[in-house]
Amino acid sequence: MTHFMVGFKLISSVKLGIKSLLLHKLRSGLTMLGIIFGVCSVIAMLAIGEGASYEAQEAIKKLGSNNIIIRSLKPAEESRQSGNVGRTFLLDYGLKYADGSRLVATIPGVARVLPMRIIRESVRFDQNEVPCQVIGTLPFYKEIVGVDVLRGRFLTDLDELYQENVCVLTSGLANRLFPYQDPLKMSLKVASSYYRVVGLVRERNTVEQRSQSGKLSGEPLDNNVYIPLSTSRSRFGEILTRRAAGSFQMEKIELHQITVQMKDTSAVETADPQIRTLLKHFHTSNDYELIVPLELLRQARQTQRIFNIVLGSIAAISLLVGGIGIMNIMLATVTERTREIGVRRALGAKKRDITAQFLVETVVLSIGGGVVGVVIGVITPVVVTHLSGMKTIVTVSSVLLAFGISGAIGIVFGLYPANAAAQLDPIEALRHE
Amino acid sequence: MPATRQPVIRPEAIIRIEGIDKTYVLSAENIVHALRGVHLNIDQGSYVAIMGPSGSGKSTMLNILGCLDRPTAGSYWLGGENVATMPDDELSEARGKKIGFIFQSYNLIAQLTVIENIQVPLFYQGVDLATSHGRCVELAKLVGLGDRLDHRPAQLSGGQQQRVAIARSLVNDPIMILADEPTGNLDSRTGTEVLEMIGQLNANGKTIVLVTHDDKVAARAHRVIHMRDGLIDREVVNRPWPLVGK
Repeated sequence: MTHFMVGFKLISSVKLGIKSLLLHKLRSGLTMLGIIFGVCSVIAMLAIGEGASYEAQEAIKKLGSNNIIIRSLKPAEESRQSGNVGRTFLLDYGLKYADGSRLVATIPGVARVLPMRIIRESVRFDQNEVPCQVIGTLPFYKEIVGVDVLRGRFLTDLDELYQENVCVLTSGLANRLFPYQDPLKMSLKVASSYYRVVGLVRERNTVEQRSQSGKLSGEPLDNNVYIPLSTSRSRFGEILTRRAAGSFQMEKIELHQITVQMKDTSAVETADPQIRTLLKHFHTSNDYELIVPLELLRQARQTQRIFNIVLGSIAAISLLVGGIGIMNIMLATVTERTREIGVRRALGAKKRDITAQFLVETVVLSIGGGVVGVVIGVITPVVVTHLSGMKTIVTVSSVLLAFGISGAIGIVFGLYPANAAAQLDPIEALRHE
Repeated sequence: MPATRQPVIRPEAIIRIEGIDKTYVLSAENIVHALRGVHLNIDQGSYVAIMGPSGSGKSTMLNILGCLDRPTAGSYWLGGENVATMPDDELSEARGKKIGFIFQSYNLIAQLTVIENIQVPLFYQGVDLATSHGRCVELAKLVGLGDRLDHRPAQLSGGQQQRVAIARSLVNDPIMILADEPTGNLDSRTGTEVLEMIGQLNANGKTIVLVTHDDKVAARAHRVIHMRDGLIDREVVNRPWPLVGK
């Protein structure tokens, strides 16, 4: 038989299959429901899982996969009491300037080391007072953390060298502080000193957190004032005093954070244990923490993979149940249409014609269910996003996967009933009532 | 053992059954001999009725004649081919090309229309239905259903359904039309109509083999073959038949 004939027969078979299925609309519809829900749940679950992990991975990526972040950590309450014999109020902890230079000197593959002093202070201009983070840092903060200069300029080496009283504001803070004035060339007051505004910036990765707790979550960090590190050191000093609700606390802390930029990602992996060993040697207490975005990213991906497998398995089981439903119905259909099978055999149908006929019906059912399921499965994540605000991503691969599985289920679960139909003895089948 | 008929070799007969046995082994002790060396020649253009009480081997004969079953032994020449030893697929093809079936209970396919039912045998031979559509319509007109092409079997009377079945049996231009109690489910008037239609087909040259237990139905045939105990018991010739192709 020619290809043309095969194609023609296939089209006729599909038409015939649809016709037979339409004969029992309710039954066919209910049978398809199993596949519809299965396909829909595969797509929707994977979309929700993908969305959740995408957000987490984006947050981590913004930390920079070439970077290793070291943060000062305030020692826990108990260790502080045991450590501070003699009732001193001065709490000495955190990263030192020396740590930075040691890192550069000893760890191979270090590109740059960015020190940061992060002080929570109120910034004042005229009647406005905004609590914010005063970040003392070096000019290349711009490249390492990722800052877009909107107006004016960022800090420069000369600012650093001369300990200039200049500052750069994030645009959000500038809007709050200078609702009516042009912030450039204005001066604002932090603690007891005045700083001239030289630039407005926007942090490219606003998710980046530098909270002391070391968690990834925290307040939005659009309230940043950047000043030269040397200025921060001379204006605020190393000892920070904090008075709150009658308590009085002094902390001696040199640096709040060091961001180590490695030359490439492979260097990150080797440097991670080296930095830990180095810091352990010079810090008696555990007053720092290491954040390796690359490692976090890897963990997040691992978690995502497990998550996907679990969700996918649940969805696949529902598809399987749908497939069994189809098989069940097709077996019933074969019994019901035994007479028809006998007639067709008598009129010249070969065994494989009968197999094809029932297989086509099953595949039409499952592919039909698959199409409806894909449509609902693509809509569901949109609704979920709309209602809960969760991010969802429908990937093309998940749609193809679900659709492919539904088609495969049609074939796998259709083969047995179709074969059972073909193996019927035509004489017996014709006699069947 | 009843006396076996001497084989009559009639090589010109279009249907030749030579020494056919059919044995059903139900268990080691229970072996049923449904046919015991049957010989039968059917000439082209003849009208043969097969009669016999139940258990006479009539149904087995019908199944073998219709290529629905294979004999245990013997040969069955249908239009120059021995179908007795054919594998299943070839047997299906032989049914589709050489035999037109008319059943007692019409056996139309419920989800198909009149015209589609007529087309079914062509479908399995891979005939392009678009080109054969005209012929199918002609056949529907021949059986008087030209105005009901798009009706479904459930919308037709029994007589009309049987006429659709007759049209379907003709569509593949078979060597033989095999009718199994074609009037069994019909009242006498429509039964007569159907029989007249079958008679008309025979008058136009079709070879008809009709299985019945009704003497009046059998009376329309040229030859009536009576079966008993798996053998042809006797044969009655009602009237001579035209000898074609000699």
